[in-house]
Amino acid sequence: MKEVLTYVKKYKFLIAITLILSIAIVVATLYVPIIIGKGIDYIVGPGNVDFDRIINMIVVVSVLVLITALLQWVVNTINNKITYNVVRDIRNEAFAKIEELPLKYIDSHSYGDIVSRVISDAEQFSEGLLLGFTQLFTGVLTILGTLVLMLTIDVKIALAVVVVTPLSLVVANFIAKKTFSMFKMQSQTRGEHTALIEEIVGNQKVVKAFGHEDEAISDFEEINEQLGKYSLRAIFYSSLTNPCTRFVNSVVYALVAILGAFTVISGGITVGSLSCILSYANQYTKPFNEISGVIAELQNALACATRLMELIKEPSQEPDAIGAKEAIDVNGEVVLENVNFSYVPEKELIKNFNLSVKPGQKVAIVGPTGCGKTTVINLLMRFYDINSGKIVVSGENVMDMTRHALRSSYGMVLQETWLKAGTIKENIAFGRPDASFEEIVEAAKKSHAHGFIRRLPQGYDTVISEDGGNLSQGQKQLLCIARVMLSTPPMLILDEATSSIDIRTEVKIQEAFNELMQGKTSFIVAHRLSTIMGADVILVMKDGNIIEQGNHETLLAQNGFYASLHAMAKA
Amino acid sequence: MKKLLVHLKEYKVESILGPLFKLLEASFELMVPFVIKSIIDTGIANNDKEHIVKMCLILVLLGVVGLISAVTAQYFAAKAAVGFATKLRFSLFSHIQTLSFAEIDKLGTSTLITRMTSDINQVQTGVNLFLRLLLRSPFVVIGAMIMAFTIDVKAALVFAVTIPVLSVIIFGIMLVSIPLYKKVQAKLDKVLKTTRDNLVGARVVRAFCKEEAEIEEFNKMNEDFSATQRFVGKISALLNPLTYVIINVAIVILIYVGAIRVEAGIITQGAVIALYNYMSQILVELVKFANLIISVTKAVASGNRIESVFEIENTVKEDNNNGTEPDKQAPIVEFRNVGMSYVDNQEETISDISFTVNRGETIGIIGGTGSGKSTLINLLPRYYDADDGEVLIYGKNVKEYSFEQLNNMIGMVLQKAVLFKGTIRDNIRWGKKNATDEEINEALTLAQAKEIVDRKEGGLDYMVEQGGKNFSGGQRQRLTIARTLVKRSEILILDDSSSALDNATDKNLREAIAKLSYKPTVFIVSQRTSAIENADKILVLDDGKLVAMGTHSELVKKCDIYKEIYELSTR
Repeated sequence: MKEVLTYVKKYKFLIAITLILSIAIVVATLYVPIIIGKGIDYIVGPGNVDFDRIINMIVVVSVLVLITALLQWVVNTINNKITYNVVRDIRNEAFAKIEELPLKYIDSHSYGDIVSRVISDAEQFSEGLLLGFTQLFTGVLTILGTLVLMLTIDVKIALAVVVVTPLSLVVANFIAKKTFSMFKMQSQTRGEHTALIEEIVGNQKVVKAFGHEDEAISDFEEINEQLGKYSLRAIFYSSLTNPCTRFVNSVVYALVAILGAFTVISGGITVGSLSCILSYANQYTKPFNEISGVIAELQNALACATRLMELIKEPSQEPDAIGAKEAIDVNGEVVLENVNFSYVPEKELIKNFNLSVKPGQKVAIVGPTGCGKTTVINLLMRFYDINSGKIVVSGENVMDMTRHALRSSYGMVLQETWLKAGTIKENIAFGRPDASFEEIVEAAKKSHAHGFIRRLPQGYDTVISEDGGNLSQGQKQLLCIARVMLSTPPMLILDEATSSIDIRTEVKIQEAFNELMQGKTSFIVAHRLSTIMGADVILVMKDGNIIEQGNHETLLAQNGFYASLHAMAKA
Repeated sequence: MKKLLVHLKEYKVESILGPLFKLLEASFELMVPFVIKSIIDTGIANNDKEHIVKMCLILVLLGVVGLISAVTAQYFAAKAAVGFATKLRFSLFSHIQTLSFAEIDKLGTSTLITRMTSDINQVQTGVNLFLRLLLRSPFVVIGAMIMAFTIDVKAALVFAVTIPVLSVIIFGIMLVSIPLYKKVQAKLDKVLKTTRDNLVGARVVRAFCKEEAEIEEFNKMNEDFSATQRFVGKISALLNPLTYVIINVAIVILIYVGAIRVEAGIITQGAVIALYNYMSQILVELVKFANLIISVTKAVASGNRIESVFEIENTVKEDNNNGTEPDKQAPIVEFRNVGMSYVDNQEETISDISFTVNRGETIGIIGGTGSGKSTLINLLPRYYDADDGEVLIYGKNVKEYSFEQLNNMIGMVLQKAVLFKGTIRDNIRWGKKNATDEEINEALTLAQAKEIVDRKEGGLDYMVEQGGKNFSGGQRQRLTIARTLVKRSEILILDDSSSALDNATDKNLREAIAKLSYKPTVFIVSQRTSAIENADKILVLDDGKLVAMGTHSELVKKCDIYKEIYELSTR
């Protein structure tokens, strides 16, 4: 709640304006019936109508109404502005947080959940906030205002109203408490429901390939029915509030009518005042109605805000050290000293790992699938931080430079191809947005992506649809390679960068890579023997550990795990 | 939107009863000013306290009856709205299940997910409010007008003018804002897509040090979204002030006209008050109505988005759901001059392809990235349909078979290895619904995945997280292979599905498949000649054309492309 207020604070000037204007609006809306009531008093009977005063009243009312309407519009617009801007700010913050979260968080949380916080929860929050702004404040003001006015007309009647009306709040509160648990059930089921949709619709092609549609539909039906059941309860119970409070209000109204009528008979007030006080009784009780609704809505909004805040308050990755170098002179030397690392404290993974890579060397990482080759890349790129020991790049401890300085000294191509929503051109220029079109084409040619790009209907301006659309896995990989080719980094990390590319193209790309890697340090995860054999250092991994280290000859001579892998691949 | 309302049919009774009870409640409310008039004109004028008390009791009674009708109405409305939304979600989900790959490519998943969740929620809220209030409000408005006419025809003409003017304003604002709300939802789609993109591509974004650029882009997009929201808000915010002005002007005129009529002795003071009360009631009703109009407008915009998904028809249709009898004498697979192009790609991806496959043969398909290998095999299970020529299975065009027949005959391992939330057993059973543990274990062994499962706690009961995040790429790939193998289908297709496997595992897998007792016809799509050199027939594709066909030894001799690939991969 406090956190939410800090976002609202930024708009305190606007809030002050809407508060002041709201007071003006409430006063005017309440004053208009008084004038009209007085006007009615001038219409007593035939021959007893004061037209001058009535016309006077008409002019006053018209002016007041016009001003009020204008103010209403201004206030509504300001409220919209505050709400949408607050939500925009929170969303921006949440997104910025995503860019700062440790990868550990992203790797271990469902994307769907994070997305729904940034999208749906923010949406719900904004709706609640808007309602709060527009109705809560004016509601309270109206209650206070009518109360004062009723008191000026007749104290007894006013007091009677004051005593009875809170009843509706009690009723509303009672219902709200009962419905809260229903709402919770509903949102929980909705979460599961969304997760199922994400999973099935997100992988619709696999579902189709296995003819799993019917099962998917029946799984869906089950949770869908459940959601329907809880929604019905939640909606019905919460919708009881309004009729119930309205009933209390009509009792209040009857009470005012009876008291008022008696007072008129005893000469306490005029008929005009009675009509006036009756309409006040109506206006006085209405906000109670609205407020009870708004409070339920606000509760929901706050629950959603909490989920958003949870994300925003999630600890960021360790910030770069103070005074960390923002750029380094990369000579290509990489040294790992006594490095220890594990993803979970209870399971040791990399133990006391030492490696010294001289400038320009080629390091190959080999091992069976699932042996943790990606872990090494995670550490080199500082996607994860080591537990102890140190990594030194070009003579500098990586902890003494900014992440940007470290990462921009590597070019990386991963097996999992990721392209941004946008055109082919934008994707190739991802690392260097200022690149000229010629440079982009040049990079595409080097990575042999130019051929297929040219054949696309819009060429380099073809928009890549979600999930890569009609591009094949190999074509996506070619684009990822072009992306790195264009950014010409001083060191390279290639994780199965060519696994989906045909061998003829691969060989050609290899030439381009060789050219690119000339004199540059590179880390390569690969299956292909020729690539591995040509490496200066080979790291052999198994079950997350580096078990052997050396070049092709020394490793063969050791006759260990590498030798057996080699024998198998040769066979 | 109209087409969606068909789903309300099943809730016809509720959809009629709901508004009906609401109308009942409203008519009781309309009687209130009459009772008040009686209090003033009869009770106060004659000092008849007994009459006043009686009338006030009637007021309370009206309240009670109103409460009962309202609660009943809320129940029916909630039931109809929730039931409607549940049906709608279900049929939208089912509809998505029928779409072919081509349609899924075109739509993209994130927008489908928003439409299934956020848009349907909007529609549910809209329908609920519609049933509850959209009928009630016009009824109250028109009812008030009719009541006014019973009091005094001439004075009531004011109502007859005011109400049409109000309707024009309300519908005008609705018409203007519906397309705008549609825009808002579309922009929300974009915000969602960017958020998701940055979670999935977190590593690449960070490797290229693009965090700030991404944040900036998101902020821009978010501001654009927010600006559209504020703009629609400004228009919607007009509704309230405008109705306020019009009603109050009408009241003023009413009082003036009333004054003239009273002066002339045609109506009483009480009648003027009653008229005034009716006008106020219209105002109160319209203020409520204005707030609801916004929800309904949003619902219509969302409804149109949902409807547009329903309008997308599956282009790959099951022409014959009884299927056809395969001619087992004919070759198992035959392609006759087949050509195909993706929707927005004018140039054919594959063209004029013809070949025949006999039962039990193993077919290798090789060719460069984007040469059409996947496209070719996707035509067999009808993931896409051929544009030219014929694809035949056992002598019959694939279009003659039912989807079920095709699914039973063909087992496909897709390039992208996706697992679903559930146990490993559940995942493997995608291939065969009632597979026994024995069959599952056999498939796992064949797919070289047994050791993965054995090492997991609980074995087959081990829970796979959403998207299979708790497995490495290679592990996922082997599990997806097991999922297909458990089907024991006549035709087995491996679409480059061992790219994440190391050579040794890949080799073991191929050997295991070659030894399968039920002798399936196997298609292997691969980049490596080693994967297909034992095939009975190898198809060499280049740029969408079949350039050569034959065994490994034949092709090495006669096909330059193949020879080059072979030499490169054994180098």
